[in-house]
Amino acid sequence: MRSTRRTRWGLAIAGWAVALGMFFPILWMFICSFKTEITAVATPPAVFFHPTLENYYAVLERADYLAFARNSIAVSLGSTLLALALAIPAAYSMAFFPTRRTRDILLWMLSTKMLPAVGVLVPIYLLWRDLGLLDTVFGLILIDSLSVLPIVVWMLFSYFREVPAVILEASRMDGATQTEELMHVLLPLCTPGISATALLSIILCWNEAFWSLNLATVKAATLTAFTASFANPEALFWAKLSAASTLAIAPILIFGWISQRQMVRGLSFGAVK
Amino acid sequence: MTATVAAKPPRNLHTRSLLAPSVAALLLWMIVPLVMTLWFSAERYNLLSPGKTVFAGWGNYRDLLTHRALWVAMGNTLILVGLVLAITLVFGTLFSLLLDQDFPGHQVCRLLVIAPFFVMPTVSALIWKNMLMNPVFGLLAWITRSLGFGAIEFFSRMPLLSIVVIVGWEWTPFAVLILLPALQSLNPEQVEAARLDGAGPIALFRHIQLPHLLRPMAVVAMIEMIFLLSLFAEIYVTTNGGPGLASTNLAYLIFRDALLGFDVGRASAGGVIAIVLANIVGLFLMRLVGRNLEDLR
Repeated sequence: MRSTRRTRWGLAIAGWAVALGMFFPILWMFICSFKTEITAVATPPAVFFHPTLENYYAVLERADYLAFARNSIAVSLGSTLLALALAIPAAYSMAFFPTRRTRDILLWMLSTKMLPAVGVLVPIYLLWRDLGLLDTVFGLILIDSLSVLPIVVWMLFSYFREVPAVILEASRMDGATQTEELMHVLLPLCTPGISATALLSIILCWNEAFWSLNLATVKAATLTAFTASFANPEALFWAKLSAASTLAIAPILIFGWISQRQMVRGLSFGAVK
Repeated sequence: MTATVAAKPPRNLHTRSLLAPSVAALLLWMIVPLVMTLWFSAERYNLLSPGKTVFAGWGNYRDLLTHRALWVAMGNTLILVGLVLAITLVFGTLFSLLLDQDFPGHQVCRLLVIAPFFVMPTVSALIWKNMLMNPVFGLLAWITRSLGFGAIEFFSRMPLLSIVVIVGWEWTPFAVLILLPALQSLNPEQVEAARLDGAGPIALFRHIQLPHLLRPMAVVAMIEMIFLLSLFAEIYVTTNGGPGLASTNLAYLIFRDALLGFDVGRASAGGVIAIVLANIVGLFLMRLVGRNLEDLR
């Protein structure tokens, strides 16, 4: 890339302006979380202020915050494990032993995502009510794992396809059974891909809002529901909302930053190699 | 590419049983609620008057289709999806072109730009609603007031547009996440050759980078469509679909009918309409993605 010093500076300024502009709302929220409730709503906005941790203490002291966080963790980890358990064998079989119907099956799986969640809200709500799954962590795990399953299968499929079949054949020659081949050869080889898939699934489930706002509002409510409860216009607790939100998004943001490069290859459905 | 196709299963019998759990789960997940939705949509069924369920035929559909709300919600849904797609693809491409350049700190910039994608939608919506767009205490209100324009009441004056801004901010990072690596996967020799032939940045973009980006763009559009057609949380925490119906999309309308109005029949009919709409839009995108699998044939 040959560019003169001036265009380089211009690019740097433009690039940083875009980056800081996009990140600004998150940064502003983060800053607000160290303000008192009064400085948080001050006009003109307070840029210099005495930082305080009291919001974090206040949020963590609320017993229900921890319950929400626990539900979020249980739901995102549970759904991800369930989805992986279903998807790994399927992706393995489709990636290494494709049949004439493999392509159709993959596209069909993706097409189930075309079924908008709202289209089936009513029956799922009634089914979950009758099955006693309404407002339970397990009920949410079931829903979330099914709704990430097509994406998980696709991502794993694209990662598995990159493993040369020769390696698996070699293990087969040595007399490995299918389970051994899958567990001891393929999975270790694909650890980066599988962890990227798992992280994306965790991110999607952690941030999932439609089902958690509609199906789990009290006992199994997640952090999405907790933060949504701040939508009440009378409750102008911006500093506390900021602290709670920071705690809610920080782990996922860090996961996302770590895994972004790995994630893209699988997520782009073969469009980015 | 074709190296994997010829492989023989270790012991033939297992391949089908490996696939079965996923297929069965998705089949159930698709068919059961779908059939139930279709069934309910032909009934007069209100949770407030149980036991009075009667067959209604096309009644619910007639109610919905002759009522303004459905058409407004459908229009809003299309506007939301269309505008957000346009915003994310245009800005996603521009930002990717910029971040593809080599300037000090471009790696950090990339991380900052993609960050909003990882923030949960309720939090994003609340940051914008409270801290930025609030007409009294918000940062934007302070800026416009200092400039002498007075505060803008975003959510009562232009509710749909405000939601578009929020959602566009959430999903532009996703476009960058996919398009930037796609851009970087372009063969550098090809770019260099074009440059030696005297192609300026615009010609380079039109004839080399853009064609290379079309497929990833289709993927971005498809995934965004899946999520945007059911956009809910952002509306739920900001405007509640209002004022009036101004920011009600299909998802929010069905939620209102079902869980606030307890009208299962009508909500289901709305659901069927949402499904039909999604499939019309989704069909041609699926084809584009299917092309990435050509080598399986």
